[in-house]
Formats: sequence, structure tokens, C-alpha cells
Amino acid sequence: MKKSLAALLCGILFGVGLSLSQMSNPDKVLAFLDVTGNWDPSLILVMAGALITLATAQHFIFKRTQPICDTQFHLPKTNAPIDHRLILGAVIFGIGWGLVGFCPGAVLAALGDGKFEPFLFTAALGAGMMLFSWFHDTK
Amino acid sequence: MENFTPYSAFFGGGLIGLSAALLMFFNGRIAGISGMIAGAFSSTDNDRHWRWYFLGGLIVAAALFNHFFQAAPATYSRGTLVLVVSGILVGYGTRLGNGCTSGHAVCGLARLSWRSAAATVTFMSVAILTVYVMRHLLGMSS
Repeated sequence: MKKSLAALLCGILFGVGLSLSQMSNPDKVLAFLDVTGNWDPSLILVMAGALITLATAQHFIFKRTQPICDTQFHLPKTNAPIDHRLILGAVIFGIGWGLVGFCPGAVLAALGDGKFEPFLFTAALGAGMMLFSWFHDTK
Repeated sequence: MENFTPYSAFFGGGLIGLSAALLMFFNGRIAGISGMIAGAFSSTDNDRHWRWYFLGGLIVAAALFNHFFQAAPATYSRGTLVLVVSGILVGYGTRLGNGCTSGHAVCGLARLSWRSAAATVTFMSVAILTVYVMRHLLGMSS
């Protein structure tokens, strides 16, 4: 229960962060990606704000041996090799991201606008994920 | 660059960073949204319910914030086919590449992960190229 409440608080902060920075608006994201057009560098500052805050906080968090509500930190290995799968996945994601300007967090933050497009995109996103598990679980 | 919004971008980013920091501090988890969506539906992970609270909090908080303070509504100029193809690519690609903007470009970079750095450079470059092709070669509006 404590884990769920902590996650709820974090989700609220994340959602407000996405909305305040307008990253839930694909126009804003596409304007960042359009470097040869009327370029909007805002996304760089979103990343800068997030990275400075997170890196500083983690400096202290990782001095602990475990998190508050769990017995271990669940971290992917930082020394795992950069393989074809990682790069191919990033290429596929990059094409999809550039087509509309929605990444998974942004589209969830846009659902509340009540428009048709974010719902359709979310359904397709889920289908893409199911397609992935289907391919990779049957192999 | 009259559309540049440095302050709201920086402070919004700060909140995203704070959220990721608190999730690591309390639950020991990475705030990667694509992994969280997939994990929320996992049938093998018994410790998955916190993900529903995070995602629910995100959706409701963003909805309320946008309702009262939204700077500009999205125009959504893409058609149904492009939306569906894009969604499938984002869903499949983020699973294959183990992460999206939040997992790689925020959480991974903050931990100085080389895999995340490689993924971030790749998906940013490909997305920039995609927008270039769509807007400037194919001439699609916005």
C-alpha cells in the first residue's frame, strides 16, 4: 500500500511536469524536432531540468542500501553491451515519435483533453507492445 | 524561436526529475513510462500494482492541469492511418529498445548509462530526420 501511495504521488508530479512543460502537446515536440524549421528548443530545457534534479537527488539516494518501501533498487545493468536490439528499437521508436510527436508519457498526459487522437494513439501503442510480446514470447 | 518557453519547460522538467527521484527513493524503481505500461499488464510480476497508481496519477493530474492552465491546445493535423502506424511503432520500438524518452533520455542519462545515451542519440536523430522528411520533403503541414 505504501508503494502504491508513493507511486501515486510520483505519477501526479510526473503528469503536472509533462503538462506544465507542454510536452503533452505534440505540436510542441514536433517544433523541437523540426531543427531546420521554426525551431523550438524547449524540450532541451525539459531534459535539463529533469536531469539536474534527478542526478542531484540520486547522488544522495544511492548512498542508501535500499529504497524506503522495497528491499532493493531495481536497476538495469549500466555495463550491458550496446546491441543491435537496443539500436533497432530506438530507430523504430524514433520514426514513430517523429511521425506524430507523441511518446508514451506524453500521450497519457494528453488523454484527459478528451480528444479522439490520443485515445487512438494509446490503443495503437498497446497493440505495438502486444505485437512485441507475441513475437518474443513465441520464439 | 518566438514559441520557445524556457521557464515552464525547465520547471516542468524539474518536476519530472523530482518524480523520478522520489520513485527511486521510495520504490527503487525507474520512472520509465513505456516499461511501466508494459509492466502494468505483466502476468508474471506480482509487484505490479504500484504501476497502475503511477499511471493513473499521471493521467488525472495532467488532465486537471491541462483543463485549467493549458497554454495551447494541440492541433492534431495527422490522419488516422499515421496515428495508428506511429502508435504501433512507438509501442513496438520502446519494448525492443527497452525504453522511451523518460526511461532512456531522463532516467538512463541521469545514471550515465551508455546504453541509454546510445538509445537517446539514436531515437532523437531518427525522429529529427523523420520530421524533416515529413515536413520539408513531403511537405506535410505541421
